[in-house]
Amino acid sequence: MNLIIVSGPPSSGKTSIILKAIKAFKNQGRSVGVVKFDCLYTDDDKLYEQSGVPVKKGLSGALCPDHFFASNIEDVVKWGEKNNLDLLITESAGLCNRCSPYLADVKGICVIDNLSGINTPKKIGPMLKSADIVVITKGDIVSQAEREVFSARVSAVNPKAMVLHVNGLSGQGAYELSQLLYDENQNITSVQGMKLRFPMPSAMCSYCLGETRIGESYQLGNTKKMDWGD
Amino acid sequence: MLELSIKELVKKYPFVIEFFEQNRLDIKGFEEKSFEEFLSCLDEDELEDKAIDIRGLKNELLSYIEQMKEFLGISDGQVNSLTILSGKYKDGKAEPFEKLEIRKSEIISIVGPTGSGKSRLLADIEWAAQGDTPTGRTILINNKPADPKWRYSPNNKLVAQLSQNMNFVMDVSAGEFIKLHAQSRMISDPEKISQEILQAANKLAGESFSSDTPITGLSGGQSRALMIADTAILSASPIVLIDEIENAGIDRKKALKLLVSKDKIVLMATHDPLLALMADKRIVIKNGGIHKIITTTKEEKELCIKLEKVDSVMQRARQSLRMGNALNDEVFFE
Repeated sequence: MNLIIVSGPPSSGKTSIILKAIKAFKNQGRSVGVVKFDCLYTDDDKLYEQSGVPVKKGLSGALCPDHFFASNIEDVVKWGEKNNLDLLITESAGLCNRCSPYLADVKGICVIDNLSGINTPKKIGPMLKSADIVVITKGDIVSQAEREVFSARVSAVNPKAMVLHVNGLSGQGAYELSQLLYDENQNITSVQGMKLRFPMPSAMCSYCLGETRIGESYQLGNTKKMDWGD
Repeated sequence: MLELSIKELVKKYPFVIEFFEQNRLDIKGFEEKSFEEFLSCLDEDELEDKAIDIRGLKNELLSYIEQMKEFLGISDGQVNSLTILSGKYKDGKAEPFEKLEIRKSEIISIVGPTGSGKSRLLADIEWAAQGDTPTGRTILINNKPADPKWRYSPNNKLVAQLSQNMNFVMDVSAGEFIKLHAQSRMISDPEKISQEILQAANKLAGESFSSDTPITGLSGGQSRALMIADTAILSASPIVLIDEIENAGIDRKKALKLLVSKDKIVLMATHDPLLALMADKRIVIKNGGIHKIITTTKEEKELCIKLEKVDSVMQRARQSLRMGNALNDEVFFE
């Protein structure tokens, strides 16, 4: 089975471009399934169901969504194997822009959109920087110049990635993306022992444990103070 | 290359500043050191804090330099012709033409109802299809199979797009906006090119604007004018695809002339007879395929002049309304 990890800021168009790419990919006669990760709510699973794509969703709820991803990915792969998928895609939103769910030996795709502003490539860190393929969306509604500035900045942050422009509405570019998904030589049956490309932030403070009161005396563990320059 | 000090590196490749900037690497105070020495001086906690992984950075810097060198080495007008070799309709039947060659400075219009396959044609060109897309078409650049760089490299895209739905989203003035674009293309004199673009845009727009005007505050016509002038003069892409240009507030004929004068190949999806007939040829799309290629005839060109007259009546009526005048027959149909 092939595994692909798709990540990107909320509302950047991940689901739309995956759906469009799957539609083109299915013509190759291979089976695809999706596992959608989110935090509090998603009904994107219905969109996948409507397209006849086997889907599971995982809501992290009270936990950090990327940590939740890391603790569940092994079971996700088992589910894919059980369903005899040729290609399994996981989709998750990078919520704090600090984490990235990519694994070292698994293809990682970052989806970002032109509307998010030209400083976004600088802001989102490892999720963009360590991706193999960067998909830029919503190019149909911003000017050519903004598109060019945006992709120039993407390439400064991640010069090794393949950069594709895909339109989640018209599907322009989705066929091309679908051609990059499957690799004959990859066969993943388990991700046990694989490594994250980038460590997640280390945090363990009183607020992680449910503290709600504000004040120095309630702050325990790994806390950090702003630099006020005095 | 990496044994150079950062100062020497910046002198040789000024664009590496952008790499440091976008990767949030503060090189201040390390100018005399090499990039590797700089990396080894960084504090581990700080790296973790900023989510920076230094292991890959050395190779990334090298890739970036290579990529930019290649990008900057592309001289304008290197794409002299674009050729479409026929493929098939949605139902698998072969398209009824052999090949269509489009040379630079040519204008081709594309007609056909929504969903007929215009987007697919554009995608074939953008992706430089080699018989490997659903239409089976092949795209040749300068009569040769296209270089793979057109597919994967972020800075070398074959097609620039202009459409009715596009807006400016950046919060900057027109002058700053052009300068940002110029910087991303490593233009040596952003000030000069900024002047040139503003002048060109003001020639296209009905109402003029200055370099201090915020781009989000431009009128529809002014925005369109700035987008077209900027794409003509500053975009790296040799092919421009236009998805309808609205009539109001912009001189469309001048806009097309400007694009063509900058050696662009212009493809224009439109159902406006004025625009369609300005083109040298038009492609008719049907059922996902190129159904016909019509060369604009002499009669059509003559008709186009008549249509322009009708159009100018509407323009004058609009202008008169804007000025607060009462409208009457004689003014427009004398």
